[in-house]
Amino acid sequence: MVHSSVTKFLDSASSKPSVRYALYLSSITFFFALILIPPILGIILKWNTMAEIFKNPSLMSRATAAIYASFAIAIFVSIIDMVAGLPTAWLVARGKSRWLNVLDTFVDVPFIVPTATLGYSLLLFWSKPEGISSLFGGSLVSPGWLLVILLHFAFSYPVVVRVMVGAILDYKREYEEAARTLGAPPFTADRTVTFPILKPSLIASFTLAFARSISETGATLMVAGVFFENGPIFIKNARDLGYESPLVFVSFILIVISCGIFATIRLLGPRLKMPIKSVWPVAERKLSSSGVSAVRNTSSLLVFLLLVLIPSLFVALPAFHAVTNGTISQAARGVGIWHGYWQSLILSYFLGVVVTLLNTMVGLPMAVLIARKRLGTTLSSILDVLVNIPLIVPSIALGVSLSIFWKNVAFIPEIGLLTFAHLSITYPYFVRSMAAAIERIDVDLENAARTLGGRPFTAFRTIILPLTKYSLFAGAIMVFTRSVDETGATLAVVTQLRTAPVLLVDWVKGAVEATPLDIGLGCGILVLLSFVILLVLRLLVRGRY
Amino acid sequence: MPEVRLVNITKKFNKIVAVDNVSLQIHDKEYFCLLGPSGCGKTTLLRLIAGLIEPDKGEIYIENRLVNSVPPEDRGIGFVFQQYALFPHMNVWDNVTYGPRVRALGRKESEKLGREMLEMVRLFERLDAFPSELSGGMMQRVALARALTAGAKLLLLDEPLGALDAKIRNELRYELRKFVKDLELTGIHVTHDQAEAMAISDRIAVMRKGKVLQVGTPQELYMNPQHIFVAHFIGESNFLEGYISKTNKKESIIELRGGFFVSTVDRTHEEGDKVVIAIRPEVLTVEKDKKRKVNSIFGHVEGFRFEGTNVRCQIRLDNGDLVVAVRPALITEWFNIGEKVTVSFPTEKNFVFPYPEKGLKTELALE
Repeated sequence: MVHSSVTKFLDSASSKPSVRYALYLSSITFFFALILIPPILGIILKWNTMAEIFKNPSLMSRATAAIYASFAIAIFVSIIDMVAGLPTAWLVARGKSRWLNVLDTFVDVPFIVPTATLGYSLLLFWSKPEGISSLFGGSLVSPGWLLVILLHFAFSYPVVVRVMVGAILDYKREYEEAARTLGAPPFTADRTVTFPILKPSLIASFTLAFARSISETGATLMVAGVFFENGPIFIKNARDLGYESPLVFVSFILIVISCGIFATIRLLGPRLKMPIKSVWPVAERKLSSSGVSAVRNTSSLLVFLLLVLIPSLFVALPAFHAVTNGTISQAARGVGIWHGYWQSLILSYFLGVVVTLLNTMVGLPMAVLIARKRLGTTLSSILDVLVNIPLIVPSIALGVSLSIFWKNVAFIPEIGLLTFAHLSITYPYFVRSMAAAIERIDVDLENAARTLGGRPFTAFRTIILPLTKYSLFAGAIMVFTRSVDETGATLAVVTQLRTAPVLLVDWVKGAVEATPLDIGLGCGILVLLSFVILLVLRLLVRGRY
Repeated sequence: MPEVRLVNITKKFNKIVAVDNVSLQIHDKEYFCLLGPSGCGKTTLLRLIAGLIEPDKGEIYIENRLVNSVPPEDRGIGFVFQQYALFPHMNVWDNVTYGPRVRALGRKESEKLGREMLEMVRLFERLDAFPSELSGGMMQRVALARALTAGAKLLLLDEPLGALDAKIRNELRYELRKFVKDLELTGIHVTHDQAEAMAISDRIAVMRKGKVLQVGTPQELYMNPQHIFVAHFIGESNFLEGYISKTNKKESIIELRGGFFVSTVDRTHEEGDKVVIAIRPEVLTVEKDKKRKVNSIFGHVEGFRFEGTNVRCQIRLDNGDLVVAVRPALITEWFNIGEKVTVSFPTEKNFVFPYPEKGLKTELALE
């Protein structure tokens, strides 16, 4: 009864253009006031403090080196991701073996493992005596820039594979077949026809890998060692030491250059020409041979296994050890450092749920607005670009700026700051996923519902929502996992509160005395819980279809 | 010269048999149509010939060469796709010269071929245009020029007119045949449109549920269908059920439902056999007088439509069956709804088929 009267009320309200515009306007206001402006304006409010760093050449050179390291690593890792990820994506999308389903599932492992845990897992695998280093009698890869590269490769590689698998599956294979019937061997057909058509997805996967690398903080902190600094680590160190000027300076430069690179890719990407005019028939025919394909497939599988999968799951070893030697009983009783651990876990998941709910509420109208161009093509396109900004701004820089903004504007308790930071970071994931899903639905389906007597709200509720249910859940899952995973912005806004990834960083960096078994178990529990929650959510989604 | 021979070809997709033990021979320089309803396996057969998919069983020969393991780029074919598959990132010129380029024919020859083909399809002035800037008919012509520039002598066309408006489709189908004949190619054309197949083919293979039911010239298929489905799919037919009541040296007598008797020159069935007699609407005569003649059945007019060249008359026979007669509008008598009429047909202009095991409806179903 209540349900039907609420529906009736929303139905009649949705018929009034003024109500619809009020809803869209409030979602835009929310976006600018809470998501976009604070993370950018905060830095500008501290503009005057920036002059200080120019007076300190040694600090300045450290800051510029850190900024340079951030971008150099992000660009290098994104290129390597493309080179290694593309053949894997091709294999997953086009291969015929049933075993490829297993590969497809395992590609997501670095997504499931929270980045802070991933960092510790890689540290164990490459640098500690428990890992592969035991074979070489020492540390095979010491904490530092090389380990940071290996780490960034491990967590950004699945992004490229996932985006490209989707793109290759969606690709109309007739183009490639047409090229083959015209005389092109497979390599030539892919180079001159398939990849140029897939260019937007190639650019998108490169951009996402780049953004993920430039933004990551928690895991990088674990593997960076004492001497290596990139942008986020520099900011963290400066914050710990109370240096405001270098912190603001580096945050500002990271934000500006990230936005600049993103804008350049967005503007110049579509104009990027691929070399399709020249053809080398003999060489390309050789490259199309089954022998070359076998070598390519084997090497991409090996790269995935040795550089991504095994290092990412290596943390399971100490976790198992901790289960057998009794550390788990201390953990279960919440003795010593474990009391804080459980509190941090509860905080992380509580925050994840709150942020997911808020995002669903405020992100849905924005997604409709962008997908259906409700306020005109120009405004919708501008909003479409702007919602990406939190995605490309390094999360610690975003946190720093947001924290400065709110401290200058109003008093917000730490939990509120934390919620705002997580909201800003996760907002693009939900809106982008939903906008893309709504865009894919023929607008005539909605029109048909309207001509049959459905009011706008009913048309949305009965047509759009059921058809985008999967994307809605997928978006919500992404928001939830990203929030639970978040370290950079969290580190920047908290002083007292500890989320699970931040606590694990403290444990690894020695801020709290924890044994390797404690850390391993802490990471293991986080992975296990994330995995169980994801599994339950996936089953829930599947059950609805 | 490209003669195509298929020997016992079978292709399954999981448990679905798309092509079921098909053997066919397509002659050099022939314009051949694979005709059948949606899902009958005709496109699968074409893709097997192109090498875009591999057969589970059987052999494919092109120019007497076994090509089962030859990739599509080495089969010497041109393929026109239903949605044309013009490369969206290349303009008309780059699309059309793609084949010679990837076959490393040299710049001058590529350009010569591209120019010739674009002139042939009357699109040379649009060589800078991108596919998104062309109409459906233009895209179809570019796709054809592109397939021909690759130098193929065997042209495979997968519903090439399917995405066009009726008027343009009618114009382009004759043009397609002319190109194939002028360039002395072998053309294999897939379509579900029997009128299109009849208008342009030298020979047609009628397919249903993965099997080839009959191969013949359009005239043979129309005048002498060997399968009840062919009689139904090629042209139109009225189907009346009955039993062979008597057979003599000249004819067979069939007893229809309701005690009507008709005669046919077909004597291939034995007395007592359950049969279906198929009669084309255009051979049915409809008259107002109620005199009993040879092969005449009484009924009343249930529908009467003027269709331009012809009139279409629906008659409910007194035994409850419904038949359709199509007569030339200018010379035929017009009827009122409900009017009593006599329907008759010549003894020699009908086809008699054994009653299908799975029932008439199932046998005639298009899906």
